Amino acid sequence: MALSFLDRERTVAKPGFNRWMVPPAALCMHLCIGQAYAFSVFNLPMTKLLGITKSAPDDWKLTELGWIFSIAIVFLGLSAAVFGRWVEEGGPRKAMFTAGLCWTLGFLVSALGVYGHQLWLIYLGYGVLGGIGLGIGYISPVSTLIKWFPDRPGMATGMAIMGFGGGAFIASPLSVWLMQKFATPTHVGVAETFIAMGLIYLCFTWVGAAIVRVPAPGWRPAGYTPPVQAQKLITTNDVFVYDALKTPQFWLIWWVLCLNVTAGIGVLGQASAMTQEMFPGKVTPVAAAGFVGLLSLFNMGGRFFWASISDMIGRKNTYFCFFAIGTVLYILVPQTGLIGSVALFVACFCVIISMYGGGFSTVPAYLKDMFGTRYVGAIHGMLLTAWSAAGILGPVLVNYIREYQINNGVPKAQAYNTTMYIMAGLLVIGLICNALVRAVHERHHLKAGDARVAAART
Amino acid sequence: MANDQNGTTTLQLAAAWIFVGIPLLWGVLETLGNAMKLFQ
Repeated sequence: MALSFLDRERTVAKPGFNRWMVPPAALCMHLCIGQAYAFSVFNLPMTKLLGITKSAPDDWKLTELGWIFSIAIVFLGLSAAVFGRWVEEGGPRKAMFTAGLCWTLGFLVSALGVYGHQLWLIYLGYGVLGGIGLGIGYISPVSTLIKWFPDRPGMATGMAIMGFGGGAFIASPLSVWLMQKFATPTHVGVAETFIAMGLIYLCFTWVGAAIVRVPAPGWRPAGYTPPVQAQKLITTNDVFVYDALKTPQFWLIWWVLCLNVTAGIGVLGQASAMTQEMFPGKVTPVAAAGFVGLLSLFNMGGRFFWASISDMIGRKNTYFCFFAIGTVLYILVPQTGLIGSVALFVACFCVIISMYGGGFSTVPAYLKDMFGTRYVGAIHGMLLTAWSAAGILGPVLVNYIREYQINNGVPKAQAYNTTMYIMAGLLVIGLICNALVRAVHERHHLKAGDARVAAART
Repeated sequence: MANDQNGTTTLQLAAAWIFVGIPLLWGVLETLGNAMKLFQ
């Protein structure tokens, strides 16, 4: 078969393979799909595709364009849930190859949509095809990394998921630069930029697919001795992918992720406006843009930092830190506005956003501790529906409560206070959910000779 | 050059990390430049 090099069997590492080749392979994927966080740089140019210098009556509206990102995030969650088992059983190379193809096709179909000024083609391209690429690509290297780094699973997955945060850093200036290069007096250069970026991402993701390897059965790092007996919250057993859905642990961690993301995602989207409104006259639009950049850096750094810390203090304790510290900081934020301390406000949000990123990167290792390594990628895929839910819940909470407050005569500088207290309340609920997590009951563990395992390729 | 039959060479490892490290470093520096505007 022409595509047999994608098979899992062909990716098993030979003796002497250095496991540190796997994180760059994972980063090839995550740095590309992390572009999703920077998609907003195309929003304004796409409102001027016909008018060029300013929006024409037939040009697309920002509200219509906002749906592109939302559709992509919904399809991220759905595809990660639906294709999780296929990714786990087909292996990382096949998954990364497919994700790269979907991601690039998404850009190319969107370019057609820009050329023909057909918005539905962009919904279909970037939203649906790109969203599927996002979902498959996001989970594709996760379980492979956990298997290569059984001694440091948090750090390993943190490194890859850090790449997802870092992808926007590359995509944002690259998109602006490409649009400037391709712009002419008669068009804004968005379609050409989509084509160029799609092709660049195809190269990157396929290089990642080429160098990724899975460890041979029974492989373990030199000097590493796996624990013979399961620790209190780290199992040595495996839970079948669909059996995980029947456990309270899955749903508790689902809420843990959903609430942690909800608290951060709404703030991320409104950070620029929030600083300017809470500190009128003190924070300029340029400084506010700098604040957004600073938050992105903490979002990325937090992914690596907190996931690595979780290897030392445990996943449950790490999430306890997120929820306990987050609650205190959210309560503190309105006070920073009252005393007019921009520095304290910035410090609070930098820590909050680092924990938002940390929530994403620590969760695969949390799932591995609960459900074992065998189906962790597929279970992680199903858990990402929590991200989709939070993607709707977070911005709605921040935007609508702010609007409600302003309509009821609350000054703009104080319009976010209620939201901050609600976020603190959500984090308290998250704290309770996390505290309720216990080891999975042994009746859910896979038994030797289970027909479902025999049916699956290992 | 050795392939994975014989083990990963240092050159292969360095090339893989440079391949992802350079764009990431460029992006981080660009973002850091923007973030500095907050303190100006």
